[in-house]
Amino acid sequence: MTSTATHSDKNFFSADGKGTSVFRLFRNRFLTGLCVALSLLTLVPLFSIVILVIQNGCPLLSANLFTQLPPAPGMDGGGFGNAILGTLVMVGISLVFSVPLGILAAIFVNEYAPVSWLASAVRFVAKLLTGIPSIICGVFAFAAVVMTTHKFSALAGGIALAILILPTILLTAEQALLGVPYAFREASFGVGATPFQTIWRIVLPEAMPAIMTGVMLAVARAAGETAPVLFTALFSQNWIKGIMEPTASLSVLIYNFASLPYAYHIKLAWSASLVLVALVTLSNILAQVIFAPKHR
Amino acid sequence: MTTEASQHPLELTNDFAPGESNFIKVDNFKFFYGKKEALHGINLEIPSRKVTAFIGPSGCGKSTLLRNFNRMNELIPGVHHEGDITIHGTSIYDPSVEIIALRRRIGMVFQKSNPFPMSIFENIVYPLRIAGQNTRSVLEETVERCLRSAALWDEVKDRLHDSALGLSGGQMQRLCIARAVASRPEILLMDEPCSALDPIATAKVEELIIELKKDFTIVIVTHNMQQASRVSELTAFFYLGNLVEFDNTRKIFTNPSMKQTEEYITGRFG
Ligand SMILES: Nc1ncnc2c1ncn2[C@@H]1O[C@H](COP(=O)(O)OP(=O)(O)OP(=O)(O)O)[C@@H](O)[C@H]1O
Ligand SMILES: [Mg+2]
Repeated sequence: MTSTATHSDKNFFSADGKGTSVFRLFRNRFLTGLCVALSLLTLVPLFSIVILVIQNGCPLLSANLFTQLPPAPGMDGGGFGNAILGTLVMVGISLVFSVPLGILAAIFVNEYAPVSWLASAVRFVAKLLTGIPSIICGVFAFAAVVMTTHKFSALAGGIALAILILPTILLTAEQALLGVPYAFREASFGVGATPFQTIWRIVLPEAMPAIMTGVMLAVARAAGETAPVLFTALFSQNWIKGIMEPTASLSVLIYNFASLPYAYHIKLAWSASLVLVALVTLSNILAQVIFAPKHR
Repeated sequence: MTTEASQHPLELTNDFAPGESNFIKVDNFKFFYGKKEALHGINLEIPSRKVTAFIGPSGCGKSTLLRNFNRMNELIPGVHHEGDITIHGTSIYDPSVEIIALRRRIGMVFQKSNPFPMSIFENIVYPLRIAGQNTRSVLEETVERCLRSAALWDEVKDRLHDSALGLSGGQMQRLCIARAVASRPEILLMDEPCSALDPIATAKVEELIIELKKDFTIVIVTHNMQQASRVSELTAFFYLGNLVEFDNTRKIFTNPSMKQTEEYITGRFG
């Protein structure tokens, strides 16, 4: 613009066709358009999945899905209440292990000894573990829990999922703690608070929304994973009676039923997919509402 | 009141000779960030119930010394000190001294106001709650006392349970002062408490400081020469980690003994 701007006052702000203005204008518009188009393109797979799941999952949708047991092969009717419950139980078990452990480790790493070798080691291992294939968690829990208890169980499945999500929870919690301004800690120490009081009353509440976002990410991942529960919790046609029993889960149900030659079971698998997506979305929204920052 | 004070900066401060009823005594104190020596053997005696100002160019160690009085600097990894600081004749580094108790007896106000993301009420009672005091009547009484002494009561008494983050910058800083006096400390440390405030809010805080010195020993770090002369009885001038001059504020600003002090207060450097 600077090269053309001086030609005449009339054309001060308009491209005059000479020089580079028109080309620049065109290039700018072209690149902006390209960016918009590519952003839309990334939405395509996401929307296709959601639409596909809704289309195929809706036909069977009814209360029965949530209250009844899966039908025998070749039969129609029934639902997958046991698989929903099983998924909830195993995700619950995994959170019982991974949330306290992950948050406490993050507190140690960030608040108590941020520059120690132990903190560095924990950070390094956690980063390494986030990339671990989920089936390895299953194999480990199989060896550590199933082989020692001689039983496929919800507990084993929960532990496999806990190992899977622990690094995510630890690392997001650490980031959440890092995001709490140092001024809050200073103010708290300044009036004579102990490190424990400072963390418990000031830092943790302030970091909670961000920590919970990490936990919800982890829940979404845990609820959807098949490999870790496939040979730790196995599957069950019946309602869960205790955590030391083989247990059905939505992900394994989808995996099993989708490969059966019965039309009704395949439809059930679609409905289970829909329920799984809905559960994850719902818990996400709930967590955001419950843990929204209060004093902003 | 404060507009008057700015017209006659020296009228409000009464003369005081250092050495009278010493309260905080700094004895050949050196402080190190890692290998860097930030304070090179400071000797200083701060009297009680007076306002003492720390002045000097940026990086000369004012905050470092101030933050050692309540041992806040120990939160930084890799620091150590030599020499001693005594308060009421007791070394703050004595093994019998509990750091928690020390900080409860020394309130601190920071450059950037730092209210907690809680209600106004909860901010002020925080020092009480962490000491296990949860009796409703005591808490309410404390909130009123502290807000009154921070000249904030009338402005916020109807919204004590609103978030403190909704206050204006000047109100937030006065809230932090209210919080700092909640545990009934004897000493109040202020590190550039007005540097983020507009002139009106600054005037209010200065008024407050003059009011508070009846009950507290106040040490204030400031870059504002007028402020130092308005609020303090004593002024310490620091330069490159050394205490250059410590005397009556009136003397420092009218007839300093050291050439460096004169150059600094007349604005020839720093
Ligand atoms: N956390 C720290 N780590 C390392 N060095 C530090 C740290 N804090 C301060 N210093 C150094 O110590 C010296 C004194 O710093 P200090 O903050 O006490 O100065 P100051 O007089 O308060 O300056 P200002 O007026 O800018 O606040 C400076 O050279 C500074 O670089
Ligand atoms: Mg400073």
